[in-house]
Amino acid sequence: MFYREAGDFKTSYRDDNQTFPIRLDRAGYWIVLFVAFCVIPFFVNDYWVNSIFAPFFIYAIAALGLNILTGYAGQVSLGTGGFMAVGAYSVYKLMVAFPDINIVFHVLIAGGITAAVGVAFGLPSLRIKGFYLAVATLAAQFFLVWLFNKVAWFYNYSASGQINAPERSVLGVVVTGPNTEAWAKYMICLVFLVVLAWVARNLTRGMTGRKWMGIRDMDIAAEIIGVNPLMAKMSAFAVSSFFVGVAGALFFAVYLGAAEAGESFGITKSFLVLFMIIIGGLGSIFGSFAGAAFMVLMPVILKNLLVGTMGWPTEIAAELEFIIVGGLIVIFLILEPHGLAQLWRLTKEKLRLWPFPH
Amino acid sequence: MTFKRVAAASVAALMVASPVMADLVFPSLSYRTGPFAAGGIPYADGFADYMTLLNERDGGIGGVAVSTPECETAYNTEKGVECYEATKGEGALAYNPLSTGITYQLIPKATADDIPLYTPGYGRTSAANGNVFSHVFNFPANYWNGASAAINHVLDLNGGDLKGKKIVLLHFNGAYGKEPIPTLTKLGEKHGYDLTTIPIDYPGQEQKAQWLQIRREKPDYVLFWGWGVMNQVAIQEAANIRYPMDQFIGVWWSGAEHDVKPAGEKATGYKAMTFHGVGSDYPVFGDLQKYVVDAGKAAGDGSNVGTVIYNRGVYAAMMLAEAAKNAQEIHGVKDITSAQMRDGLEQLEITNARMAELGMEGFGPEFKVSCANHGGPGAIAIQQWDGAAGKWSLITDFSGSDMDVIQPLIDADSAAYAAENKIDPQCN
Repeated sequence: MFYREAGDFKTSYRDDNQTFPIRLDRAGYWIVLFVAFCVIPFFVNDYWVNSIFAPFFIYAIAALGLNILTGYAGQVSLGTGGFMAVGAYSVYKLMVAFPDINIVFHVLIAGGITAAVGVAFGLPSLRIKGFYLAVATLAAQFFLVWLFNKVAWFYNYSASGQINAPERSVLGVVVTGPNTEAWAKYMICLVFLVVLAWVARNLTRGMTGRKWMGIRDMDIAAEIIGVNPLMAKMSAFAVSSFFVGVAGALFFAVYLGAAEAGESFGITKSFLVLFMIIIGGLGSIFGSFAGAAFMVLMPVILKNLLVGTMGWPTEIAAELEFIIVGGLIVIFLILEPHGLAQLWRLTKEKLRLWPFPH
Repeated sequence: MTFKRVAAASVAALMVASPVMADLVFPSLSYRTGPFAAGGIPYADGFADYMTLLNERDGGIGGVAVSTPECETAYNTEKGVECYEATKGEGALAYNPLSTGITYQLIPKATADDIPLYTPGYGRTSAANGNVFSHVFNFPANYWNGASAAINHVLDLNGGDLKGKKIVLLHFNGAYGKEPIPTLTKLGEKHGYDLTTIPIDYPGQEQKAQWLQIRREKPDYVLFWGWGVMNQVAIQEAANIRYPMDQFIGVWWSGAEHDVKPAGEKATGYKAMTFHGVGSDYPVFGDLQKYVVDAGKAAGDGSNVGTVIYNRGVYAAMMLAEAAKNAQEIHGVKDITSAQMRDGLEQLEITNARMAELGMEGFGPEFKVSCANHGGPGAIAIQQWDGAAGKWSLITDFSGSDMDVIQPLIDADSAAYAAENKIDPQCN
């Protein structure tokens, strides 16, 4: 009844093109931001941040990045784990080499380095498409992990090949290392996520995003109407890898604090992020969030339910988690092949008509 | 914990009474699933069963009941972190995650939270330097002791001369497998052997390429740092290429019954290092059978009692229990905190008399932990598999390792960590 455009008059093109055209949506957006920034930080503890919020925010950034490449520009990538590793190892080398520079800049530079690596591995996309491109990016995944295992310079010659994040602060608040307060860890991830999501949304609804979608839907037609495929594909790889690199940097420096290439950034990570965008919805900002939330929260909720509440043996619960999460993925994709984002879109359509559906 | 339950309940809309919390909590970050479950299950069973034995036979430690809440990590560092955060609120006294990767993750976190980490025979080797790693204990032996002991064994076999010999380190391509490389490299410079390292990527079910390389290089000895399914595959592959088993030496995590049995008789002669006794001829296992397994309170099905990895879980639980008892005596309170537990670990002394009282006479060495030395004596023996009899037997005595080489490496690695993290030495 309240969820409709009627009565919400727009008098400029700017208003007409806004992200949330319905007043209730706009209100909801500001309320979510308010709660995320001004309420939750006062209540979070270590468990909530380390098990739920930090991984959710960081995977959401990675999913946004992959969604730009795969969902908007239509270039399949299986190299997400490798690109996250580039972000993580870059930020490590930068943190150790330039301890006096603010960590925020290190994370952004790590994203930039990943963007350059992503463009280099994206070059084959000019020649090959679809599954063949997926195999080329798979090669990137294995090559990058091998590189970070093989070349000792990347992990500063430590005995075990592990990298450890030293303590760094932003505006006097420690954000990496073991002495980080829960709220500080939460806030740094949240700020990066909100800024990057805002950038992603505005890139994808502008000319850049339309070029990407043109390439995705039919590259020859896009080229005929004047889209430069080189620029469009390379910019998609660059922006996507930047996001993934920032996610990798935060994943290592803020969330885990220690990492090794094979274990933390293996092929399973690439698939995990790919599942997130498939379940969440390809070509949707909301879908990236929904997919990340689903894949991060489901195992934790199931574990707490089965082991914590019902007292089942841990191994049975762990196996059941796989079965249930796998089953849910299959069910979701059968019921709604376009992911959670499409379910959300349908719900909104129905709500607009409610309670008088013709 | 409350938050956790709220999260669970909001989904299920069902709530049950909270579990009864025991006073001494030793969370068991176990892995009973995944490619490393073959080792993770008996270890977790041994750990839990020994604590159950203390509850059943002695009424806990100093009269306070012990609990070992389990949390499944699947050897995955992210799940390990989640488990750590989920269990630390329950009053965890010490962590024993049985994963070098998770240990690296937890060293800074646990130190900041003032909870000790006990990582017997795994984890970060340089944590033996208690001056830097105040909350990490890895007695009685670490990987660098192991590497040196293996080389000492090889030296004995070759009359003390390894010039021109080829030694291959076949290892898990992760933190755990890379640990011995610096020591083996240094020892190579000292004794003049050629070291080749061949990594196996997680999970290691496919090792054809690695064994092809071994076949081509024909090394005199293969040292092996593997775990879980990787061990069975490696021993099978060694049997397939007819590599002489008595020149194939695994670390203590690659020397359990389930690792050698799949290769059958062909595995006979395979050697592994160990830092504790083998078999079940110790009174403590009789008690475990009587009070825990026969009473139906075992964590597993009871079939693992007396096997190598189960015994190691028992040994680790025994050390923690002794340290908790020690902490109770030092501080004069029954209900100790994790900080007091740390003191108990740091001032722990294991004597042969005490081991005999515990029904484990001769199972492990006697030693004394100190503020500077969290690493113990590093006494290691070599065990050998007899496929026909189906059991391990010790073929050497427990002996020390080449600390002239290892100590400088420990000092250098821990100094680098101290500098990176600005840690002041804790001992004077």
